[in-house]
Amino acid sequence: MAGNDDAIALDPKSPEVMTSFYQRLYPFKTVFTWLSHSVSNPGGTNDGTTGNGLSGRGPVPAWTHREFAFTLQNDAYLRYLSFNDADELKKQVIKLVPQRFEVGAIYNAKPRDKKTLPPGRLQPTRRELVFDIDMTDYDSIRQCCSGGAVCKRCWGFIAAAVTVLDRSLRRDFGFSLLLWVYSGRRGIHCWVSDESAMQLTDDQRRAIMGWLEVIKGGKEMVKKVNVRGGRGDSAGGPLPLPPSLEEALGILSSEFFIPLILQDQDVFRKRKEGWDVLLDLIPDKEVRSRLESKWAAQAEIEMEDDDDDEETQSNEVRKSEKKWEDLKKEIKGVPKGTPRRQALTAAMEDIVLQYTYPRIDAEVSKHRNHLLKAPFCVHPGTGRVCVPVDPLRVNEFDPAKVPSVGQLLGELDALAGSAEVDELDWEQTSMKPYVEMMEEHNRRILQASRERKMMSEGRKDMSW
Amino acid sequence: MAALTARRAPVASTSRAPIVQVENHFQPHYPHRLNFYDKAPHFDVTLEQFESYALNRLRILAEIESSFMRNRSHDDLRTIINTQQKKYLPLNSNTAVNIDHDEERKRDHVSHFVLRLAFCRSEELRRRFIKAEGTLFKVRWETDDSKERVEWLRSRDFGWIEVSEQEKSELEPLLKACTPPAFLKNFESERYYKVPWTRVPDLVEKRRAVLRAGTAYVAGREQFSIVFQQFQADLEKALEMTARALPRLDEDRLTPILDHLAQGFTLGISSEYSSAPENGESITADMIDDLARKHFPLCMRMLHSNLREDSHLKHQGRLQYGLFLKIIGLSIEEALAFWKQAFSKKINDEKFRKEYEYNIKHSYGLVGKMANYPARSCQTILTTFLPGTNESHGCPYRQYSEDNLRTALQKTWGMSGQDLQEVMGSVKTQHFHVACTRVFELTHGVKKGEGLGGGESVNHPNAYAQKSREMEKAKSEAVASAVRSGGDDAMNID
Repeated sequence: MAGNDDAIALDPKSPEVMTSFYQRLYPFKTVFTWLSHSVSNPGGTNDGTTGNGLSGRGPVPAWTHREFAFTLQNDAYLRYLSFNDADELKKQVIKLVPQRFEVGAIYNAKPRDKKTLPPGRLQPTRRELVFDIDMTDYDSIRQCCSGGAVCKRCWGFIAAAVTVLDRSLRRDFGFSLLLWVYSGRRGIHCWVSDESAMQLTDDQRRAIMGWLEVIKGGKEMVKKVNVRGGRGDSAGGPLPLPPSLEEALGILSSEFFIPLILQDQDVFRKRKEGWDVLLDLIPDKEVRSRLESKWAAQAEIEMEDDDDDEETQSNEVRKSEKKWEDLKKEIKGVPKGTPRRQALTAAMEDIVLQYTYPRIDAEVSKHRNHLLKAPFCVHPGTGRVCVPVDPLRVNEFDPAKVPSVGQLLGELDALAGSAEVDELDWEQTSMKPYVEMMEEHNRRILQASRERKMMSEGRKDMSW
Repeated sequence: MAALTARRAPVASTSRAPIVQVENHFQPHYPHRLNFYDKAPHFDVTLEQFESYALNRLRILAEIESSFMRNRSHDDLRTIINTQQKKYLPLNSNTAVNIDHDEERKRDHVSHFVLRLAFCRSEELRRRFIKAEGTLFKVRWETDDSKERVEWLRSRDFGWIEVSEQEKSELEPLLKACTPPAFLKNFESERYYKVPWTRVPDLVEKRRAVLRAGTAYVAGREQFSIVFQQFQADLEKALEMTARALPRLDEDRLTPILDHLAQGFTLGISSEYSSAPENGESITADMIDDLARKHFPLCMRMLHSNLREDSHLKHQGRLQYGLFLKIIGLSIEEALAFWKQAFSKKINDEKFRKEYEYNIKHSYGLVGKMANYPARSCQTILTTFLPGTNESHGCPYRQYSEDNLRTALQKTWGMSGQDLQEVMGSVKTQHFHVACTRVFELTHGVKKGEGLGGGESVNHPNAYAQKSREMEKAKSEAVASAVRSGGDDAMNID
C-alpha cells in the first residue's frame, strides 16, 4: 500500500499512490449508478472482496456503450474505451493506473469496437448536458491569482457563476438532476442527468449555449457583453435585457457585484486593465472624460501618498467602490428618461454582467462526444479529488479544504487495524460526505427513472 | 423507407416499358404549393424524368450552397434563388393562371426524393442536403401567398398549443421583454403558442422566446421557426432511414445516375482550399515572417504577431493559423519545425512533442481520424469557434474593439486618414468582408471595387494570400520592388 514514506504518499503523480487510491477509495459503484441510471448491486451479493459485487443484472447499454478515456502516467491518451460492468472499469483502472479518466457519450454501439465497425457507424446517442467553467477565463479580471492558481477569494467568481447557471437550468429549462463537481484545480463542472437533457442533439445543446452565453469576444474586444440585440443603431436608446438575463442581473448585482468585484477583488483599483477598462465601457463621451480627469488626478495624489503609508488605505472605502459611486453620481446628473440616461444605465448593467456573469467554455457543452473528467478523479497537479459541490452552499466552498489523495491515504493508514472490516474504505475518510452527496443525487436519478417507467407503462395501460 | 417506394416506381416503369405509357397518365394532385415531403411519390416516372428533374433541382441547391460560401445575405440569396427557380423548377401559387400546378408540384416532389437517394449516403452529404433543402423551403415559405400559407398550416398538426388569454396576461411583462420594439404595438392581437423548447432551438439560441421549465412561449410571427425545425428534423430522420435501406437498392441503372448527382453536388461547390494549390510551390518555416508581412490578411497577421510576441498561441488560434499555412504550402515537417521554433522560448522540446505535435499532425490528417481538414473560410472564422475571453483568433474586423482594430490597422499597414475611416465604416455596418477587401485593395495598389480581381471580395484568407502572392509574381521585378518599398515604408512604422 501507500507505505509510510510521506513523500510518496503525497505525490499524486506516483503510480503507487494512485493504485492505492483506485483500489481503496474510488467509489466505482456510486459512479456506475450515476452514469447508468441503474443499481449495480444484484441482491444478496456482498460488496468488495469477491470482485463480482459490482456487476449489474445483465449489461446496461447506458454503461456498456459509454465512452471512457484514460490519461496514462506517460501522458498517453486512450479514447474509445468501454466496459461491460463497473468491475471491469475498476480492473482496467487498477491495471493501467491512469492519472485521470474522462467520461464521454453513450454510443449506438460499444465504443471499444470502433475499429471493427464501418467508419462513421459509431455515433453518440445520449449524453449528460455538461458545463465547464474555468478560472483562466477570469484572468483578465481577477486580482488575487492567475493561471492555474485559485484561492477562496477568486472562488467568488465561480460561486456567482454556479448560482446563476443553476437557477437558469432549473427555471428556464426545467432540469432538476444537476451535479456540480469541483474540477480539482481551478474550475467547476456541471453534469445534468435529466432524461430530457440526455437526449439533446448537438443543435439543441448549441441552442442552450446561445441562451446562456453572454460574455463574448476575444482578448481584443473590450466590451464583451452585447445581448440587447435589435436595432444596432442608437435610435431611441438601448433595448431592455432579455427577461432571463434581467433575472440573472438581479442576483448578480445584489449578491455578487459589490462584495466580490468592488470590495474583495477591487477590480478598478489600478489604472491599467482596471479603471481604464471601466472608462472604455462607458458609452457617453462627456461622462467618460470627466471621470477620467478626476480619477487620473486622484491617482497622482495617491501615488505620492503611497510612499508614506500603505496601511491606511485598507481602512478607507475601497477604491473601486468609490469609482462605482462616482459613475452612479454622474449618471444621476443626466435627466431621467432621456436616451442618454438610458444608454448609461444599460451600460452599467452590462458592466455588472461583464464582471460577474458566468464565463462558460462553450465548446465543451455543444458536442455530445466531448469528454469531461470523471468526478472523484485526482488532479495530478494539486492532488485534490474532484468532489461534488452543493450549489446552494457554493459560497462556503473552499478549494483549499478539498481532501487530497495524500491526505486521504494518510487517514486510512492512521485507521489501520482499528477499521471495521465490512465498511468501505471511503466511508472512513473525509471522502465520505462527498460520496454521499453523489449517492443522494443518485437516489433522485433512480426515482426519476422509476417515475418515467411508470408513466410509460401507464400510457400503455391507457391505450387498452 | 418512404424513399424506397419512390425508387420502386421508376424501376417498375422502366423495366416494363409498355405499362409505363398507361400508368404515366396518372397525375397526382397537390392542393398546396409547400410540401413537407412526408409522402413518397407513388406513381411512375421515366428514367429520363428521374434524372432531369433531379438535375434541375440540383442546380438550385448548388446555387444555395455557393451563396453560403460567398457569404451572401439572405435577401440576396432569396432573389437569386427565385430567379433560378423560375428557370429550373417553377413552383407557382394557386392564384397563378394558365399553369399546370400539379405538374410543377409533381416535379418538385419527385426531384426531392431522387436527391434524397443520392445524398443520404454520408453524414457530410446529408448535412449539406438538409441545409440546402431547408433554405429552399424557407425561401418558398417567405414567397408563399399568405392565405395559402395559412391553409397549408391548417392542413398539418405541428403539436403547438395556443396560450390562453389568461396565461398571456400573466406572462405579459416577460413576453413583451423579448418582443422587438417594432412588434410591440401588435402585442394585443398577437397569438402565442406553447411548445417544448427543443422544437424551437433556433429561437432559444437567440433568446427570442420566453422559457419556463422547458416550455417555450412563441409568438405567432415566429411560427416559421417551429415549422422549419420540424422540416429539418423530419428530413434528417428520413435520410438516415433511406441510408440504411439503400444497400438493398439492387438496380444498376439507377446507381450511376445517383453517383453522378452526388458528385455534381460535391464538385460544384467543393471545399476549395482543402489542399495546397497544385501549381503553388511549397514554402519553408523560415519564409513565414516575410510572407506574413507581405501577403497575409489581418486575421493571420495578428495571429502571427501574437505568436511572435507571446511565443505561444492557444488551440483555436493554432488551428486557424496552422491550416492556413498548410494550404499555402507548408509541409508537415516544416510545420513542426515552425511551431517548435516559435514556441521554443516557453516550451521545451519534450513538452512540445507531448502536447503539441499530435495536434499538428492531426490537422494534417496524419493521425487519428485522418481527415483532410480544409483551411477555415471567412464564413467559418466569422461564425464558428468564436474566441473565448483570452483568445486572439477569429476575424479581427469582427472581434476587435473599435480602438484596438484602429491601432492594429495603423500598426500593421500604417493606415490612416480617409482610408482608415472608410475601412472602419464598413466594420461599423458589420460588413467585415468588405472591410477586409478594401484593405487588400489599399495595400496592394488595387483600384477600389476591383477586390481580388473582377470585383470579387475576400471570402477566404487563403484567397487573399494567394492573390497577393500571384500579384507579386506577375509584376516585373522593377514594378514589384516599387510596390514593395512603398509597402515596406508603411510597415516600418511600428
